[in-house]
Amino acid sequence: MIDLEARYEISPNVSLRPERFGALAYSFDTRKLSFLKHPDLVRVVESLDSSESVREAFETVGVDKARWPSFLTALATLETSEMIRAS
Amino acid sequence: MHPEHHVDMIPAQPAAATRPLVEEFKFGLDAPICLTWELTYACNLSCVHCLSSSGRRDPRELTTEECFRVIDELERLKVFYVNIGGGEPMLRADFFEILEYAAAHNVGVKFSTNGTFIDAAAAERLAAMDYLDIQISIDGADAQVNDLVRGEGSFAAARAAMDHLAAANFGPFKISLVVTRHNVTQLDEFKEIADSYGAQLRVTRLRPSGRGVDSWAELHPTQAQQRQLYYWLMDRPTVLTGDSFFHLSALGDALPGLNLCGAGRVVCLIDPVGDVYACPFVIHDEFLAGNIRNEGGFTKVWRESDLFLSLREPESEGACTSCGSYDACQGGCMASKFFVGLELTDPDPECVLGNAEPYLAALQTAGVAVPSSTADHSRPGVPVPSPVTLRPTRRQRA
Repeated sequence: MIDLEARYEISPNVSLRPERFGALAYSFDTRKLSFLKHPDLVRVVESLDSSESVREAFETVGVDKARWPSFLTALATLETSEMIRAS
Repeated sequence: MHPEHHVDMIPAQPAAATRPLVEEFKFGLDAPICLTWELTYACNLSCVHCLSSSGRRDPRELTTEECFRVIDELERLKVFYVNIGGGEPMLRADFFEILEYAAAHNVGVKFSTNGTFIDAAAAERLAAMDYLDIQISIDGADAQVNDLVRGEGSFAAARAAMDHLAAANFGPFKISLVVTRHNVTQLDEFKEIADSYGAQLRVTRLRPSGRGVDSWAELHPTQAQQRQLYYWLMDRPTVLTGDSFFHLSALGDALPGLNLCGAGRVVCLIDPVGDVYACPFVIHDEFLAGNIRNEGGFTKVWRESDLFLSLREPESEGACTSCGSYDACQGGCMASKFFVGLELTDPDPECVLGNAEPYLAALQTAGVAVPSSTADHSRPGVPVPSPVTLRPTRRQRA
């Protein structure tokens, strides 16, 4: 579960590769590959490090509020796969 | 507050792309997701189904320096990991140097080995390295079944390597097998071996590639065995398959994975002399895209070769495109079709609906020869172990 008001960051040793559809994410620690399936999701993930909260990252990127639940689900998947973590 | 018209909108799912990822991948990416890199054609074994017909070292093999340049390029392209194989990659004197260079340049490595050269000292050294996965190949859950295909003593050598890795606390390595008519009944035993080491089991498909062209007919699983395999895999989603069984998805729900032939679109092969092929299973001139030693290196081959650009075109119409299962199986494996002599638009020779049967029968009637190897590195005079009958195979040379 992602806490909308908490700070998150991209996990150490995770690298993103931008693609038309979004991005590839690879963790050199877990050696797992994930697909970020929307460019907006990539922008959100990239904004995490410089945002005080997930809410701030959503607002920075300009994610429409109607899409927040689905973005939170996607971020939760990335947290489970250790691509992002609470900081 | 949000305007009214949002009420009827289906929330855009960031988890779903504007078009499915599979469709995205069919048109190819600017760089492969990952690739296979065979470091050498040299091998101490002579497996009957070797997809790269390995044995002898090729004198044109990439130098250490050239290998480093490949890694530099992969780092620039953000190819996050490579699957290193051979031949037996540990036979290269600079094997550890190449691994260390890759790790230092953010290119993760998974390497496949027969395990012969993983002694206690090598296991310690491997355990101390970062960004590294090891995959040890066995093709039987006991020496009897394994050694018939991989050669005498090869099972014991692989088990010794696993023991050394476990003793060195390497962590979870992978045990990989190619499914044959003989070992398909041993899947549970393979799983037990893997579990006993805390290892991950990886099960992949036998292709009629390389020396496999001679043994495939005798070794590939029967239709009944394919169904058995499908349900076994469906019940065990943690077993890795390298996405190699998407032709089985025509039996019902799709197996986990992309279920797509990624050849030249999201994967490819670099061979020991720098030749780039569409996938690890098509080491043949027909699927040769270029060589990394030429100007522009790997990047130019990947982005501009006629072969790869054509593989990224929408598929031509064929027998499969009108089949109700086409979305599930995507027509199957290009390599499997090619090396049994089928057209690429024909059904997969192991089509679970039996749609390939008339095509295979027609080939037999017409006496069509299968494509002959254009890159055979088998050692002359070394008999390859022959499955089933123990009769001399065509590859056994005087």
